[in-house]
Amino acid sequence: MSSAWELVAGCAVVTFAIKAAGPIALGGRDLPAWFSSVVTLMAPALLAALVASHTLANGRHLEVGPQTAGVLASAGVMLRTRSILLCVVTAALVTALLRAL
Amino acid sequence: MPEQRPTDLPRERFRAGLRAGVPFAVAGFLLSASFGVVARQAGLPAAAAIAMSLVVFAGSAQFAAIAILGAGGSLGAALVAAALMNSRFLAMGIALGPSLPGGPLKRAAQGQTIVDASWAMALRDDGSFDRHFLFGATAVQYVTWVLGTVLGVLGRGLIGDPNRFGLDAIFPAFFLALLLAESRHPASGGVAIAGALIALALTPFTPAGVPILAASTAALWGLRSRPV
Repeated sequence: MSSAWELVAGCAVVTFAIKAAGPIALGGRDLPAWFSSVVTLMAPALLAALVASHTLANGRHLEVGPQTAGVLASAGVMLRTRSILLCVVTAALVTALLRAL
Repeated sequence: MPEQRPTDLPRERFRAGLRAGVPFAVAGFLLSASFGVVARQAGLPAAAAIAMSLVVFAGSAQFAAIAILGAGGSLGAALVAAALMNSRFLAMGIALGPSLPGGPLKRAAQGQTIVDASWAMALRDDGSFDRHFLFGATAVQYVTWVLGTVLGVLGRGLIGDPNRFGLDAIFPAFFLALLLAESRHPASGGVAIAGALIALALTPFTPAGVPILAASTAALWGLRSRPV
């Protein structure tokens, strides 16, 4: 399956280039004040988008499923315990249980 | 976020990153085991699946590329999907760039340590990054990402359908935990909601990955509240 190795090589090159672009273009520069504010807010924007698209969408369809309940339950655990591991385990357990029903 | 004292040495910051990265490394281990299973089911040879985790080390891009190849899609389509899934690293790299010293090659190499959890944890309140903390947090995740893939590839007969164990919920739960732990800007909550809404609104109309990249524009709200 030669295309498999082409895929591996292609993905490696693409990922390297994307991760290298910002550091090459902007390395070692002083931060203007507006840049700092925007950068600080990029984390919640990107993380929330990742959560939403993996919890409420399946491909291009918006849908609610067992994983939605699992992730919601994990949010409750995170707020109560602040344990990332417990949060992740809860998400998997609740999702698996609902799928088994 | 990394608590840093002025006396902290790079080695200590690296170790602090290693420790902070452990919970994400455990979650990543389960996720990459799931990737190993899915990659073999999609027809990828065992060595290629493991090599992919070794040299790509980007979960969402790996899953997207495999899904397209497994469904009979072209190599080009798989690569475009991987690039789109990774496009958020472009935004993260632009944010990280000013915190990296050295020449272009050295900065490009350091930029390879960008992964979601490490990037978010290494971000300081002033918008700069603790790069040694970033390197440590990513190092531990890299090791378990590869080991998990090996387990998934070799043990796929035992694991079967990884979604049966709810492993697909790990990825979003992982990022939700990070979001709840790392939100410290007064506007974080509003920006998070805006980011989620932008991503969901674009999901039916754009290729996978684009909604996530577009969500980063919610951070432009920061232009309204400049730090003192």
